[in-house]
Amino acid sequence: MKWETVIGLEIHAQLATRSKIFSGSATAYGAEPNTQASLVDLGYPGVLPVLNAEVVRMAVRFGLATGCTIAPRSVFARKNYFYPDLPKGYQISQYELPVVHGGYLEIDLADGGRKRVGITRAHLEEDAGKSLHEDFHGMTGIDLNRAGTPLLEIVSEPDLRSPDEAVAYMRRIHQLVRWLGICDGNMQEGSFRCDANISIRRHGETRLGTRTELKNLNSFRFIERAIRHEVERQIELVEDGGTVVQETRLYDPERDVTRPMRSKEEANDYRYFPDPDLLPVVIEPATVEAIRASLPELPAARRERFVRDYGLPDYDAGVLTASRELAEYYEAAAGAVPPPAAKLVANWVMGELTAALNRDGLDIGSSRVDAPALAGLVARIHDDTISGKIAKEVFEAMWAGEGDADGIIEARGLKQITDAGALEAIVAEVIAAHPGQVAEYRDGKHKLMGFFVGQVMKRTQGKANPGQVNALIKAALE
Amino acid sequence: MTTLHADTLAGLAARLARGECSSVELTRHFLARIAAHDDGLNAFISVLETRALAQAEAADRCRARGEAGPLTGLPIAHKDIFCARDTRTTCGSRMLESFVAPYDAAVVARLDAAGVVTLGKTNMDEFAMGSSNETSYFGPVRNPWDPSRVPGGSSGGSAAAVAAGLAPAATGTDTGGSIRQPAALTGLTGLKPTYGRVSRWGMVAFASSLDQAGTLTRSAEDAALLLSAMAGADARDSTSVEAEVPDYRAALETPPERLRIGVPRNFFDDGLEEAVAVTVREALAEFERQGAELVEVDLPNLPLSVPTYYVVAPAEASSNLSRFDGVRFGHRCEDPQDLLDLYERSRGEGFGAEVKRRIMTGTYVLSAGYYDAYYLKAQQVRQLITADFARAFEAVDLLMGPTTPTPAFELGAKTADPVQMYLNDIYTIGVNLAGLPGISIPCGEVTGLPVGLQIVAPHFGEPALLAAAHRYQQATDWHLRMPSAYA
Amino acid sequence: MSLTNDQVRGIARLARLRLTDEEVSEVSGKLASILEMVDQLQATDTREVVPMAHPLDAAQRLRPDEVTEADQRDDYQRNAPQTERGLYLVPRVVE
Repeated sequence: MKWETVIGLEIHAQLATRSKIFSGSATAYGAEPNTQASLVDLGYPGVLPVLNAEVVRMAVRFGLATGCTIAPRSVFARKNYFYPDLPKGYQISQYELPVVHGGYLEIDLADGGRKRVGITRAHLEEDAGKSLHEDFHGMTGIDLNRAGTPLLEIVSEPDLRSPDEAVAYMRRIHQLVRWLGICDGNMQEGSFRCDANISIRRHGETRLGTRTELKNLNSFRFIERAIRHEVERQIELVEDGGTVVQETRLYDPERDVTRPMRSKEEANDYRYFPDPDLLPVVIEPATVEAIRASLPELPAARRERFVRDYGLPDYDAGVLTASRELAEYYEAAAGAVPPPAAKLVANWVMGELTAALNRDGLDIGSSRVDAPALAGLVARIHDDTISGKIAKEVFEAMWAGEGDADGIIEARGLKQITDAGALEAIVAEVIAAHPGQVAEYRDGKHKLMGFFVGQVMKRTQGKANPGQVNALIKAALE
Repeated sequence: MTTLHADTLAGLAARLARGECSSVELTRHFLARIAAHDDGLNAFISVLETRALAQAEAADRCRARGEAGPLTGLPIAHKDIFCARDTRTTCGSRMLESFVAPYDAAVVARLDAAGVVTLGKTNMDEFAMGSSNETSYFGPVRNPWDPSRVPGGSSGGSAAAVAAGLAPAATGTDTGGSIRQPAALTGLTGLKPTYGRVSRWGMVAFASSLDQAGTLTRSAEDAALLLSAMAGADARDSTSVEAEVPDYRAALETPPERLRIGVPRNFFDDGLEEAVAVTVREALAEFERQGAELVEVDLPNLPLSVPTYYVVAPAEASSNLSRFDGVRFGHRCEDPQDLLDLYERSRGEGFGAEVKRRIMTGTYVLSAGYYDAYYLKAQQVRQLITADFARAFEAVDLLMGPTTPTPAFELGAKTADPVQMYLNDIYTIGVNLAGLPGISIPCGEVTGLPVGLQIVAPHFGEPALLAAAHRYQQATDWHLRMPSAYA
Repeated sequence: MSLTNDQVRGIARLARLRLTDEEVSEVSGKLASILEMVDQLQATDTREVVPMAHPLDAAQRLRPDEVTEADQRDDYQRNAPQTERGLYLVPRVVE
């Protein structure tokens, strides 16, 4: 492959505030059209914006978590253009002086390595409203409930080299903003979306090629596919002797193609200038330090600590720190079992628990088996009270609300048979009942061991300790 | 005793306090004056008779309960740039011809709360863009001193209304001189407070970093009365200032011991009509007689204030007026073919020639390739002009000079050449660029037309500004003169 | 400083103002004289001068994150030229 792909992402994260960035309107999703659009959001004559303190605090949290410099003074500017979902005819954004800049985030690569992706800047701005294209006698309906919802636009360096890396980076940002509690990350509702700047160049070339901007990427799946399509389109174009035109394109997930955006055909001249209705945002060092002190342990640090403190493989630690809630859950459960069982807890969280959550469409916060309960179950596996197989049955019962592990084990009589005398008798019965297999085993077909263990398990309804059974059979046969 | 309509707010307040008349009587008197005289002046866009009488009745009841404040029951007029709930607010534009504000401007709300009665909304240059009140969609306003002449602008309706005794006082806004210049041209006291002193909430924006609400009154004392009620921080305006609001009326009685008055040399340059210069110098001599010291000062960058202003103000305006797009409020063209047609035709029809010119200028100076040469440059020169004022105020307490280069000019005299019209604001514009408080007070007449003296103070220097103006008005009677046709 | 009619039309398009041909030539003349006046600025040395965006040297005040606005759609849409089912209507928008 002689082409190198160069991708930079602009991620728009809606900040999880109660009210809008410049007005006291609610930001809740899904309200009746224009019922959360105040005079300020509607851009009425004579109204003025007043900045929401929480928005600034959230931006600083993000900046600190990504190693950005927090601007002691940042400025809001007006980006001027006409569009029906933009009530004032300008968007209040930050241009020359963003609130934070110059940070990075690490992503995992497919080959197991890691890569540092630069974050150029993150700036605050207001979201636009929505155009509803369903038919109003050939007209478009405008809902301005979303207008003025705070956005943090996170701009990456053109450091990404493949659609996979772009997705990995976006997932990392997604994980981080949710971890920090600054964005709910809901992509269906548009709380987290992304534009991608894509160009190609020959390997070894250091200059950037002409880029296109892909808009409206609102799921991880689309991003990967859309970028792949766009890269292929550019390569085909260039290899056929054409040149890439700088333009804004829209990904159409239904037809799985990208096409130029009609509304962006006209070259825009946004006429940015400092918004005279807003003064410079001054963030004192003391404020930055107070916010730094309030930051939670970040995902990367927690992942490392999980490896260190719980002896987990890096992969497990990565999965268990996918969200702060999951990490909290794991840590609560792992802390309640003897240290050697921490890995077993990880297996259970990543295995049965995740499967059950997915099956019932629940998130970890509403799990039917809480962390102490799961720890109770894992402890019984660890101390050989039940086998892993029986534990699955116990887990299902716990999930169904039948009580804690000990209660279920007791009620259902699932306690493992560890009485050597009783087990020896059962082993003897099994050997006596299968003379043919015994002969074969003794002839060297040792893989029949599994068969004998299975027979014992069958007679004990799975309550025998598999290790112990193994040893007893071996002793009896040899 | 002066007739009701020739009296000051303070005088009318005293009459109300003494029980000589009720607020309803006062209100009826001014409504009758408007009905009788406004056809010839065109000072009002809307007369709010029902609302005014209801407010007056409420004010009288309030007084009867012994709860009256200093402004209770006093009628005034608002420039039609201030939103007043359930009231048509046109900003002098076809764009807002049928716009009914769903909320009150801070200025309106504060004055309402102080018990003021709103007689009506006054005519103005369209979106406050003009110096002659000829750009109003609702027709020009005439100067009560000479109906063939302009009253100045953009607060021309407020000025004409007060000058002709159709209202004892009115609010205005001043972006480049829009209060002081019409005050000068109609023989009134026009106060433009420090930028940020009065909330801009609900005041339709022209140029946000320059706009400031103020008053057109018969005296500095009246200006102090109104400002006390209007001033103060507002949580809805980030640019309003939290500095404490002093008792402006009490400050009138305590002028500085030995006032040092700076007289900017370039205020008396070639552009100034000789007769106006003589009149203004006579006023300065009066201050000298009162014990002030006159000091010549230099504001070297002041001549650049007009070009600076005509970059900054149109730039901000072009953006501020983008919201008038025919979608949520305001004029919408008939049967738009598509979105572009909706925008271009609604705005093309809704805005008048001067507003379009300013939008075009502002769009141009902000556009790619021109931003640095125009907008950024103007912001830098603005800094230099502001520094000039700051340097001057290190040596003097106040600056004084003419408000305008000439007295009121004839209607149509300057409409053909926008630059000539803009130069009319040459002495007032720098004050807006620097955000300073300024006042124009009548200080004489030239061929029967009033001449204004402009006084400028450092930021938040309104107490000294008003005290100086008041002291001058104690010693002279220019401010009490009325055009004979309306006396 | 002079502007061609095409330049004037370009600015008008950016500002979404429909101008008649007459207006275009009138505006281009007047705009030219305004820009000529404004060009006086170019003679001033402004190296090292910090641009001034605001007359007051102050910092932005912040508002607590509280919902203070209730639904007043009916009131606010009274001024709207065309609405339906709570939406503002505009000619069809193609993205």
